[in-house]
Amino acid sequence: MKRREFIRVASVGVAGTAALGGVTTDWYGLYGNPTVDPGTDGDRVVPSFCELCFWKCGILAHVKDGRVTKIKGNPRDPLSQGQLCPRGAGGTGLLYDPDRLKRPMIRRDRRGSQEFQEVSWDDALDVVAENFEKIKANHGASALALFLHGYGGNWMRHLFQAYGSPNIAAPSYAQCRGPRDVGFNLTYGWGVGSPERTDIMHSRCLVLIGSHLGENMHNTQVQEFAEAVRRGATVITVDPRYSVAASKSAEWMPIKPGTDLALLLAWMHVILGEGLHDREYLAAYGYGFEQLQEHVKPYSPEWAYTRTGLDPDQIRRTARMMVAARPATLIHPGRHVTWYGNDTQRSRAIAILNALLGSWGRRGGFFVPSSMDIPSYEYPGYLEEGGDPVDKPDPSDYPLADEALAQGICEATIPGVRGESRIKGWMVYGSNLPITLPNPEQTARAIQELEFLVTVDVLPSEIVGWSDVVLPEATYLERCDELFNPPWRQPYVAVRQEVVPPMYDSKPGWWIARELGKRIGLPEFFPWEDSMEYAKTRLELAGLDCDVLREDGVILGEPGPLYFEEGAPPVFHTDSGRIELYSQRLAAHGFDPMPTWHDEEVEDPPPGYYRLLFGRSPVHTFGRTTNNRLLSEVMDENEVWVNRKVAERWGLDHGERVYLQNQDGVRSSFSAPVKVTERIHPDAVYMVHGYGRNAPKLRRVHGRGIDDNELITRYKVDPIMGGTGMNVNFVTFLRAADVEGAERADGREEGAS
Amino acid sequence: MNEITTTRQNHLIDPVMHVWGWEIPVYLFLGGMVAGIMILTGTRLLGRGREEPSTAMGLLPWTAPVAITLGMFFLWLDLAHPFNAWRFYLTLKISSPMSWGAWILLGIYPASMLLAWLTTPESLKARVRSRMEAFPRFARVEAWAEERVRLLAWVNIVMGGALGVYTGVLLGTMAARPLWSSALLGPLFLVSGLSTGAAFMLLHRLTDRERILLGRTDMGLISVELVLLALWMIGLAAGGAVSQAGLQVILGGPYTAAFWTLVVALGLVVPLLGEWLEHKHGAVPGRGTAVLVLIGGFALRWILVFGGQATGWVTDLAMR
Amino acid sequence: MNASRYGMVIDTRTCVGCAACVIGCKAENDVAEDYSRDWIRTLLTGEYPSLRMAIHSERCNHCDHAPCVQVCPTGASHRGPAGTVQVNPAKCSGCKACVAACPYDARFIDPRSGAAEKCTFCMHRLEKGLHTTSCQEICPTRSIYFGDLDDPSSQVSRLLATREWYVLKPDAGTRPKHFYLK
Repeated sequence: MKRREFIRVASVGVAGTAALGGVTTDWYGLYGNPTVDPGTDGDRVVPSFCELCFWKCGILAHVKDGRVTKIKGNPRDPLSQGQLCPRGAGGTGLLYDPDRLKRPMIRRDRRGSQEFQEVSWDDALDVVAENFEKIKANHGASALALFLHGYGGNWMRHLFQAYGSPNIAAPSYAQCRGPRDVGFNLTYGWGVGSPERTDIMHSRCLVLIGSHLGENMHNTQVQEFAEAVRRGATVITVDPRYSVAASKSAEWMPIKPGTDLALLLAWMHVILGEGLHDREYLAAYGYGFEQLQEHVKPYSPEWAYTRTGLDPDQIRRTARMMVAARPATLIHPGRHVTWYGNDTQRSRAIAILNALLGSWGRRGGFFVPSSMDIPSYEYPGYLEEGGDPVDKPDPSDYPLADEALAQGICEATIPGVRGESRIKGWMVYGSNLPITLPNPEQTARAIQELEFLVTVDVLPSEIVGWSDVVLPEATYLERCDELFNPPWRQPYVAVRQEVVPPMYDSKPGWWIARELGKRIGLPEFFPWEDSMEYAKTRLELAGLDCDVLREDGVILGEPGPLYFEEGAPPVFHTDSGRIELYSQRLAAHGFDPMPTWHDEEVEDPPPGYYRLLFGRSPVHTFGRTTNNRLLSEVMDENEVWVNRKVAERWGLDHGERVYLQNQDGVRSSFSAPVKVTERIHPDAVYMVHGYGRNAPKLRRVHGRGIDDNELITRYKVDPIMGGTGMNVNFVTFLRAADVEGAERADGREEGAS
Repeated sequence: MNEITTTRQNHLIDPVMHVWGWEIPVYLFLGGMVAGIMILTGTRLLGRGREEPSTAMGLLPWTAPVAITLGMFFLWLDLAHPFNAWRFYLTLKISSPMSWGAWILLGIYPASMLLAWLTTPESLKARVRSRMEAFPRFARVEAWAEERVRLLAWVNIVMGGALGVYTGVLLGTMAARPLWSSALLGPLFLVSGLSTGAAFMLLHRLTDRERILLGRTDMGLISVELVLLALWMIGLAAGGAVSQAGLQVILGGPYTAAFWTLVVALGLVVPLLGEWLEHKHGAVPGRGTAVLVLIGGFALRWILVFGGQATGWVTDLAMR
Repeated sequence: MNASRYGMVIDTRTCVGCAACVIGCKAENDVAEDYSRDWIRTLLTGEYPSLRMAIHSERCNHCDHAPCVQVCPTGASHRGPAGTVQVNPAKCSGCKACVAACPYDARFIDPRSGAAEKCTFCMHRLEKGLHTTSCQEICPTRSIYFGDLDDPSSQVSRLLATREWYVLKPDAGTRPKHFYLK
């Protein structure tokens, strides 16, 4: 080989090796793999508390370049403890919801046509003030009613009280928690409260009756539920549905819907019959023990089986499990308990059962909460002119209701329901009545009878579509609100403050209330510059530093003794001053003084129909969040849970779309897919509430899934406090293919003719 | 009864993975065909055939660089981040058949273009030479190539083989897609590529002798392909639960009818019969069977790409 | 960040499947709309009323034998710090071989960049000195544990030593580093 060739070959060889080396070793040192930082850390982090639901967890909102990038839990906050549920984490989906109300609007066409004119705040508030004053002049201030849900409603409540109307109702009472608090109040002289005074964290045996913790996502409750499970607590779940909680239970009791009281009475029968109750505790604090002992004698587990379908051995076994763990046994009072119209008595039974196990005021049962004392703002006195709310047909009805009944106010608006209409105008704050109050057709009728309807809301929900005037409120991230100092294990005060300025032309609730107040002659009730000044005044009265509160989000107080054994006073605000197993007050009003089973209170579904049950998804807060783009990525439509054997009989496939029609012939507006599952009692179907929305401007959730409230045309009213039992409707299936095929055929016929 | 729910709904992943679309089967088809043309041409050049090839036969190898460019364009279209395509050429990942492929595709150009030059009819070559007089390098390369016909033939056979096999290996080494997961996929793609290459040639105006030779070759290739297909399916069927579930796609699943009619019957069995009959009666093979082979080859790749993506690793410990 | 081999452990006993981890991850990592890097899967067996349900928070398993790293032609999908599997989007051509190669379907293509994406074990947080992933931080039931599998005193190691656990698709040969406690 010639030298030239050799050099040529060699240099090619060397170059080739070098290139190959570089090529196969990724050009060492020339570029590496830097870690990708998504860059969502804020240049400002602002503490506040959440309003995706009503728990009010402390949050830390990250703001970068004027935009909220992410929301984390505030580790200082006693409720969130630095953790958040998915809704809280998805708050940016509300803040940046493209469907948000942007500007005040005034109705242009007939009510419900959804034709609005955008106007200035001055114009909108003038119209509201004008209408308020007109109604007040013609009918009195109490002809104006306020419906509210949400923390900003405090300003509206203040406005209405100042104006002189007593007709202020929160659906969270008679449509949700009311029977529970009345039932416990009658027993212990205390309500259960929110946040509930349940010591779940320390429970050794947790009994959930129709409570779906884990899908009901109240942050602290779920945190404590997990802690209890982690510590080896026994969980017993009574539910016609195999819930998430049921999947973590030692015993799932698939009870026939509507028969929970029978089970509770049977448990009392076993515990008292076998002498397994907490004798010392009941001797010290109980009242009516002998009456109760006698009363539960007929309610054997065998008898209960005939009503509940539950195995008597399981009833006995679970009773003994509860006894074995006492007093750290908690029969959870639940949250939304308006089911069958006998809900106060059922809640009473739960309260009594807890007392038999000695859990009230004991570790692992119910602790004694304390709250931080922040003096109220000094206002002039409210007018007394209003008198009592008009929510009851007769003042003697629902004698033990301690809050106004929202459905009652609604009824009082319709002439002919109870004589002439007593309510002429509504202000609705953050409460979507058409999907909240049962019998939505009645709600629609009431709305049509109104002389005036103004709504204050963040999203264009159904109630907004019906309004005469729409006032867009800023979201919780864009406003300051009332201070939050709840009774809890750890007393504290939390502040809600502006994280980013209000978008579009939205305004905070305090501003709306003040500007309206000024126009209707109430300037002296809004003397502060803004609600932060209001808060600062109150904090200073309590000796607290507002700047520290704004910096940390939370100021902690001194916790008091939590349990009787730690020195918490065993005080019961009942007539007897003791835990009333036998309720004197109920007897005085002619109700069963002890919970009693009445066969006629439960009906079976008609053939081919199934009881309609509804509940929550952990990523949603009923109808409030189903339009949230971020949250609806996890769940964007609800399903109808159908028992597998039932589905087989009907020939329904998993995922097949159906419409539901109830016992009154009312059919759902939209369809939803069927979930064929083993997880539901064959007598019932189950859905998550908040879907199937009619509001066209809620573009994400409009028409998706089925609205259960449309089908809740019947409700049973609890005679004790007026709660509306809603689980008393029965539905049957209509295949979507059939319904839509028939509609198309009708359309063709109409077109042809 | 098992009920599974998931909150994940990632586009192109859920409910069933389908990240690769029509671009991939089109490329696989073109790549296989090019591999076939290169190997068949290389083999012909190694042979001792005395006859002058037809003009079409001489020009056919130019299909290779053209078709491979078209194929690479479709591949490029499939990329979600196409302007990063050059990153393929900053590294050679030994564990990644796709990386091999990127470099093989690059090498196809010089190999196939030199081969095509060699087989181009002399008259055309003369005209090109005269035009390229201004570029002395061209003459040097051309001279170099003309002296190394056997080397270039072998290079094309090897590179064609690599091109034909690597895509099968790429799919065949993905355990996550059990329909593909088989060592037989590489040889299957190669033989199928050879068959479609022969079929493509048969579409052109060739001499009778060339047609007869190609027909006989294709008969052999199709026979081997049928055997490989059968072995592939047997392997999956005799594999574990995961492989068996994968195979269901063409044994009762959504692609069953398409596979057995388009791929097996029309694409393999019928052409085989046709070619055998032609061979038995000494007839010159027509274009009909070639068209069927091409359709069958494309259908095979289409069904494999789409069907395979629909399969997954089905066993899940938590389900016990 | 001194760990040599990061792994994650999910306690299925306490996980309620609320999806806070999903939303929290999306917010922290600026994940594209309609995509998620982690997800909740529930698996129910049995017949009414004898039922059993497992609830999982799932994501990329950062496998020790990662097929996605093996098939990547550009080196974008690579073995990152502390045994994690990462994607360098600057190198990714969007060929999707890694997406097809993953037996868990844990990857997806970010429509905004065209690059492959998946759970990163929040490496950006770990490199800043934080010790938790964002899903772990937000989880209200504290069901997510994360730490060094090579450190026998780490919480994840102790949990794996004392509780019964399983991984997903162990027979796929990927050696995942994401564990589920029974």
